[in-house]
Amino acid sequence: MAEQPAIDPMHQFLIQKIWDGPQFELFGVHFDMSITNSVASMFAGAAILVAFFLLTARGQIVPNRAQAVAEALYNIVDRVLVTPIIGPHGRPYIPYLFTLFCLIFVLNLMGVVLSIGSLAGQTWTFTVTSQLAITATLAVITFFSVFILGFVKHGVRFLTLFAPSGMPKPMLLFMVPIEMLSYFVRPVTLAMRLFGNMLGGHVVLSLFGSFVVALGIVGLAGGLASLAFIPATLSFVMIVALTGLELVVALLQAFVWVALATVYLNEVVNFGHGH
Amino acid sequence: MEPEAAKLIGAGIATSGMIGAGVGLGVLFGNYLQAAIRNPSAAASQQTMLFLGMALTETMGLFAFVVSLIILFG
Repeated sequence: MAEQPAIDPMHQFLIQKIWDGPQFELFGVHFDMSITNSVASMFAGAAILVAFFLLTARGQIVPNRAQAVAEALYNIVDRVLVTPIIGPHGRPYIPYLFTLFCLIFVLNLMGVVLSIGSLAGQTWTFTVTSQLAITATLAVITFFSVFILGFVKHGVRFLTLFAPSGMPKPMLLFMVPIEMLSYFVRPVTLAMRLFGNMLGGHVVLSLFGSFVVALGIVGLAGGLASLAFIPATLSFVMIVALTGLELVVALLQAFVWVALATVYLNEVVNFGHGH
Repeated sequence: MEPEAAKLIGAGIATSGMIGAGVGLGVLFGNYLQAAIRNPSAAASQQTMLFLGMALTETMGLFAFVVSLIILFG
């Protein structure tokens, strides 16, 4: 019987060095400037985004297909999220939110459709949003830029966000810590949500992929064992279906991230109006 | 019991937190569909809220998922 390939769904998330860069110590911190497949994926994502929007930025009255996609993406941020949630005062923040949306969307897609995967024994790109380090960085940027903006716009008065108005004074003793906790857990949930969704989806895809190979090898033995081709085929159908689902999840998670960022921004921009 | 076996069992039990997330998502989408069928003209305007609620509910399940990952690989 042929040797069974090991089922190792986590292997696809390994970070590998593509190019050895300089390593140095600065302020007691070790820096490694190597280009890994994680960095390469992000460069590739950024390059794809810039190229796509350079090609579609020259507006035509009757848009071609690519321009229609670009406009649809923009409308998701503008007409579905910012205008209904924040209102006209949200317009200055659309470029930031749109950048965030496009970056997360394209990085999510890297693993599903845009991945060139493994060529010449080297993993070049993978879904970087399935690395907690990446999503945590994005979450910290998203959360603290809004938090700092609150202080820039409203000064110390912004701290009254943690004290709901119309609350009896003794209750504040309990409410303020709870409000603060639920406020500062936001970047954690942002990071976890994207990380968990992308990791989970790709682990499941990889598992079904290894079922196809493992059961296919069993089936090759012939005779009664060729019945194993049935579950192998079913697993392959599952892969096709789940890849479609992953495409939806890639867009949905980018949408959800920006929707939450918009809600957080709304608290700052419309501070004191909505409560 | 071997520590390795206890680890695997613990990781399995930790995922039971996803039950709540599953129930929550069912309630969420079920109620949305009910409301959307009763008043289809208002359905589109509430889609953003639907996805926001989905994101927040799903987070609870993902916390369980991450805990089980921490037990497995941590």
